[in-house]
Amino acid sequence: MNVLQGIGSGVIQRLAYVGQLTVQFWSGLLVVPRVLPVVGNRGRWGAAVRQMAAIGVDALPMIAMVSMSAGFIFAMQSGAELRRFGAMTLVIDIVSIGFTRELGPLLTAIVVSSRSGSAFSAEIGTMVVTNEIDVLRTMGLRPIDYVLAPKYVAALITVPCLVIMSDAFGILAGGAFMLLSTKMTFLMYLRAVANSIVLRDVYTGLIKSVAFATIVVHVGCLEGFKTHGGPDAVGRSTTSAVVKSTLLVILADVLFTYIFYITKLG
Amino acid sequence: MVDPIISIRDLNVTLGGHAVLKRINLDVKRGEVLVLLGGSGAGKTTLLRQIVGLEQPSSGTVYVQGVDINHCSEKEVNHIRRTMGVGFQEAALFGGLSTRENVEMPLHELTSLAEPVIGIMSYLKLAAVGLGDACNLLPAELSGGMKKRAAVARATALDPELLIFDEPSAGLDPIVAAELDELILFLKRLFQMTIVVITHEMASAFRIADRIGFLCQGTLCALETKEAFQTSTDPRIRQFIDRIPDQVIESPAVQKQLRELAGIKGA
Repeated sequence: MNVLQGIGSGVIQRLAYVGQLTVQFWSGLLVVPRVLPVVGNRGRWGAAVRQMAAIGVDALPMIAMVSMSAGFIFAMQSGAELRRFGAMTLVIDIVSIGFTRELGPLLTAIVVSSRSGSAFSAEIGTMVVTNEIDVLRTMGLRPIDYVLAPKYVAALITVPCLVIMSDAFGILAGGAFMLLSTKMTFLMYLRAVANSIVLRDVYTGLIKSVAFATIVVHVGCLEGFKTHGGPDAVGRSTTSAVVKSTLLVILADVLFTYIFYITKLG
Repeated sequence: MVDPIISIRDLNVTLGGHAVLKRINLDVKRGEVLVLLGGSGAGKTTLLRQIVGLEQPSSGTVYVQGVDINHCSEKEVNHIRRTMGVGFQEAALFGGLSTRENVEMPLHELTSLAEPVIGIMSYLKLAAVGLGDACNLLPAELSGGMKKRAAVARATALDPELLIFDEPSAGLDPIVAAELDELILFLKRLFQMTIVVITHEMASAFRIADRIGFLCQGTLCALETKEAFQTSTDPRIRQFIDRIPDQVIESPAVQKQLRELAGIKGA
């Protein structure tokens, strides 16, 4: 009976969490127009631009390092096997398709989750602990409107851009491997890449990146809003934000890849 | 008689199975300074959070400006909150914004005033609390008293009808605390605001209050004018005013627990 109770309460807790995320998602979507320039609240677009710098520009060196390393490793691992069959040119397809469809969005989401998802939950968690969120509410402002919306808009714009950059860095690193291990020139490599990928590879990756950005921002912010207690609670919500958003990103990746697979998009 | 600005009826609040507020009935008249006195854990801050609508009561109603804030639309609550200014115990300034930006924030968000007007208004509010020179400092660069004053400036930014402060003088030296008292009286004189102050500092309460409410273990045991409160013969109030300790260590419950811990039979 205790086991059943444990399973039941675990399932209910997770469903409640998904419910909270869903409510926050729709509330967040409704306030997105208030962040936009000209039509939105003044100052909100400025806050979104500052977030874009924090989420996007500041993440670029890390994205570059991670993507180039992954691209090079990916090329080496596949090259080691394909060389035996004399099919080294397939490395180009594997790297370019692998990055545009899969690794670019996934690596970017993991980097953004660890850099910015944790920052969102720490920032909002501290605001909860120091009563700043209560101050917003007593002013008649909605924390989702003031705190979450600029972050969400910033992530929706910057994460797809980061994915494109990640794709480019990964493919370039694959090119470096090909130049070092075959007689291929860089121009030939680029032509081969252009031949191997099609537009749908890129936009399925970008669709995923929008979903991942949504997950990272909403999980990070929800964990922050749920902070209850003192400074140690902020630490716990930060950890929880990274763990949950990374897990949900990977689950969402499975779902999206499956949908693209059965609809023949990917 | 003019309608009270806050009217609390049979308010009960239970947190974690523990009754924090019990059957509170309270009217706050327009234009008065009401001080809610009480010891630590008496339920003062919980009462403040109820008045502002930050928490739902277990039962009872809180009317602010004639509206039941727990049973109205979000729009109505936000409208009422915009006529209130709240100063929290820890000041709760936005850490990433300068002192001036903290005061400007509600003006930016909730009004359509032009930028220069907002600049002038925020400077006036900061100058009124003696922080005209500290406009560009971040909250981390302010002293405890300056933070409290900046929080007062922010709370008054939208010229509210009702100001609520939680422990404005807690943790401040007597001179700075006295300055804050004078500031509260100044705001009342200047803007005819209704002010509710929650505190446990008696000197401050006797200086600023028109009426004093006394909270004791979650109940409002007295609500009297300052003069009547000072001469009250209620033993709980006398204990508070005359600073008589509770002798907690000699209480039967503590003695019983100690005997149990020491393993003394017949505990």
